Amino acid sequence: MATTRAPAARPLSPHLQIYKLTMTMAMSIVHRITGIGNYFGMLLLAWWLIAAASPSSYAKFEWFAGSIIGRIILFGFTWSVIHHALGGIRFLIWDTGHGFGPSEREWLAAATLIGSIAITVLLWIFGLLAMGGPL
Amino acid sequence: MSDTPAKHIRTPLARVRGLGAARSGTHDFWRQRLTAVANIPLTIAVIVIFIMLLGRNQAAVAQIVGSPPVAIIMALFVISVATHMRIGMQVVIEDYVHDELAKLILIMANTFFAIAIALTSIYGILKLSFGL
Repeated sequence: MATTRAPAARPLSPHLQIYKLTMTMAMSIVHRITGIGNYFGMLLLAWWLIAAASPSSYAKFEWFAGSIIGRIILFGFTWSVIHHALGGIRFLIWDTGHGFGPSEREWLAAATLIGSIAITVLLWIFGLLAMGGPL
Repeated sequence: MSDTPAKHIRTPLARVRGLGAARSGTHDFWRQRLTAVANIPLTIAVIVIFIMLLGRNQAAVAQIVGSPPVAIIMALFVISVATHMRIGMQVVIEDYVHDELAKLILIMANTFFAIAIALTSIYGILKLSFGL
């Protein structure tokens, strides 16, 4: 009676690869990726706060933060936090039911990307100048 | 429909209304928005604090971060972010991990990670404030 049959080849619901990549879609994916990045980036904040209590452990953190790899990671972390914050503001606007118009949603998505890059670069230029140069 | 007789006269709809399948309703959804809103001014404040600390040595950093307004802002930031990131990562796990055991283990590990980050950071802040 209960003979197992191979499941019929049923149509699957379309997924990401079916659609043309749009700006809002890309920013949604980037929001998730930056969120995951920020999650692990919090390890750096915890390390910094623990290290700040003693000169020797703080020297280790400063060595990392001053190295090329450290600088690249901190620059990426800065952008990731700013992008996630701006993307989050966009989602909060959408939560209120506003900003869904065809031009509005494109404008908001573009502003998230351009704004995050601009703020990150400005912060780093200001920061490096305040510290007395790029090195 | 059911083998067991009804123990109360509340309808099934009344029991689940507002709670959902997880019995916790929209708790996580609301907390995610609450912490998202809190994170905006707190992140701006933390960026301002980092700018204040640029180029300063360990003693100066320890003194500034340990001062009451900065320590309180840092602690609020850590609590809000840890709550927000725990919920966010749980959503990611639920979206991509379909094996029930692996999903449960990862959700637990995610909670442990968020609590560990929050407590480690707050311990560091308190140590700077009170010199424990």
